[in-house]
Amino acid sequence: MAIDRWIALVILMLCLAYGYAAYFTMDGLLPPIMKQRPIWPSTFPKVLAAGGIILSLSILLGFEKAPKKEDAADINLSRLGEYKVGQALMLLGLMVAYAFLLRPLGFLAATFLFLACGSFILGERRFVLMAVVAAIAAGSIWYLVDAVLGIFLSPLPSFMNGG
Amino acid sequence: MLEGLMTGLSTAFTFTNILMVIGGCLIGTFIGMLPGLGPMSIIAIMIPVAITIGDPSAALILLAGVYYGAVFGGSTSSILINAPGVASTVATSFDGYPMTRQGKAGKALTVAAISSFAGGTIGAVLLMIFAPALASVALLFHSSEYFALMVVGLSAIAAFAGTGQVSKALLMTFVGLIMATVGEGVLFNAPRFTMGIMDLQSGFGFITLAMAMFALPEAIYLVLDPNRSKTGDGENAGEIKDLRITRDEARRITPVIGRQSIQGFFIGVLPGAGATIASFLGYAVERNIASKEEQEQFGKGSVKGIAAPESANNAACTGSFVPLLTLGIPGSGTTAILLGALIALNVSPGPRLMVDEPQIFWAVIISMYLGNLVLLILNLPLIPYIAKILAVPRNFLIPFILFFTLMGAYIGQNNATELLILVGFGVCATLLRFADYPLAPLLIGFILGPLLENNFSRAMQLYDGMSFIWERPMTLGLLALAVILVVLPSYRQRRARARAEGVADGD
Repeated sequence: MAIDRWIALVILMLCLAYGYAAYFTMDGLLPPIMKQRPIWPSTFPKVLAAGGIILSLSILLGFEKAPKKEDAADINLSRLGEYKVGQALMLLGLMVAYAFLLRPLGFLAATFLFLACGSFILGERRFVLMAVVAAIAAGSIWYLVDAVLGIFLSPLPSFMNGG
Repeated sequence: MLEGLMTGLSTAFTFTNILMVIGGCLIGTFIGMLPGLGPMSIIAIMIPVAITIGDPSAALILLAGVYYGAVFGGSTSSILINAPGVASTVATSFDGYPMTRQGKAGKALTVAAISSFAGGTIGAVLLMIFAPALASVALLFHSSEYFALMVVGLSAIAAFAGTGQVSKALLMTFVGLIMATVGEGVLFNAPRFTMGIMDLQSGFGFITLAMAMFALPEAIYLVLDPNRSKTGDGENAGEIKDLRITRDEARRITPVIGRQSIQGFFIGVLPGAGATIASFLGYAVERNIASKEEQEQFGKGSVKGIAAPESANNAACTGSFVPLLTLGIPGSGTTAILLGALIALNVSPGPRLMVDEPQIFWAVIISMYLGNLVLLILNLPLIPYIAKILAVPRNFLIPFILFFTLMGAYIGQNNATELLILVGFGVCATLLRFADYPLAPLLIGFILGPLLENNFSRAMQLYDGMSFIWERPMTLGLLALAVILVVLPSYRQRRARARAEGVADGD
């Protein structure tokens, strides 16, 4: 089965769960006075769930034939091994780490580490240059966002900020 | 109209607002040139900044400037390194890059800048004429017509998705609409589908979603396939010398610019069509009507081949503001993000905008003129310097793109969970892109979701049920149009296939 149909299957599951919540769990909690109204919180979701289920089924069952196309600009999944999948996964992991470390380490240190490690993952080995670029970038972006634009970004680790 | 124009002039010509246009255009050009960050991502990153400004006119002027700058920046990287940052400038690279290879990069950039300027300016004049007229018609609309109109808009976006893609685009629209129902809506004052997670109380953040749908997948693609980011060599970036064009070239491109500005504008007005279709169509039309020897030049460095897509895509960008400002319905991903920004600034676009807050509407139009002027007289001479950014090696560039994506979702919310949602959705969006699911309909559905449900609910309450569909002829007509839009492409495809099979049998 092609990947687009697998995705349609996943979306179908999600729509079924969503539809179950809309059709069977939401209306019971409604206060009686709300039930007098022609529109309930579940009305629109019910329509959407039905539509989503019909459309994902139509893709899953292949009602609409997609033309064969070879787009050189796109990623060819059958040759996934030739792409830098490892680097992409490591960078995604780095983004998750950034989300967790942003508060404990503060903006400056977390951003410095993110930019330096990002370059390292991509194969950069000029360590001094990496450190200088990351330090200047972290400092100037913090200054621009916090001091110039006035959007608060906690610069220092949380234990130094008092929380 | 004259009165409105004066209002716009007095709003736009303040020191702060002129600074906004100049700053917006420069930032847009600078970032728009980078691979992986198209106008949608740049505008999404700039929204928290715009919200901090507070004044809706100034904020919108800034974002419009960023938009124009980004489109111009995309053209520059198309011409210089054959790496279009945006789909709407792909057609520009057909003739722009060959000209660069012939050592005429400066000339190509000038033609692009002049064509963009003319396209944007003519578009702005047409917008000024058509938007008020459309808004006065739209003032007669009731909530049921609004609901139907949004359904038409969403269907048109799906219908333009291409052959074999309509059901995928529609499904994405539904996914977007479904995601919009998560959280506490204005309508019912009760949280829905939050699964008890506190962070979902206020729903998904639209900036996070915009970054996850566009910026992050593009960045992941850049990592996966190093050939996509052709930066790092920058061999042509430093060779921009002579920016002048000859009188003969100016004479040849003038009619092209005129035709394509008008055609591009009207394509831009249609929901779902947008700048990409306008630029490709513009290129194709001009090639077809050119003389035999000029036709041969297309693809090898023809000035007409740059002028056509450039004037068409800028005029279409302007055209896409018509449904946004007059009906409150975005026709493209970019205008959907702008709509989200407007809602965040407590401005509700629609026909009442021109009545209630004319200064915003007219200031945007004036800022379009200004933005185009800034691009022509400020950015063009600066291009040789701005283009140096294309020489930044990939190893440094990609972490920055990822970082800006993270910042777009984080700034303004100060919530690290938003970053995790961003990465999660970004991975999902990349998978969807692998499988050829269009992502713009999802975002447009997400942004239009609350408005659609609101108008649907109001109509239901007013008519005490679904009877508004058949009791109001205009609603019925619009909904019928929506059905036709969705069904027509697959019907035509089926017929074409049947005909092709018939021919094959006949052989």
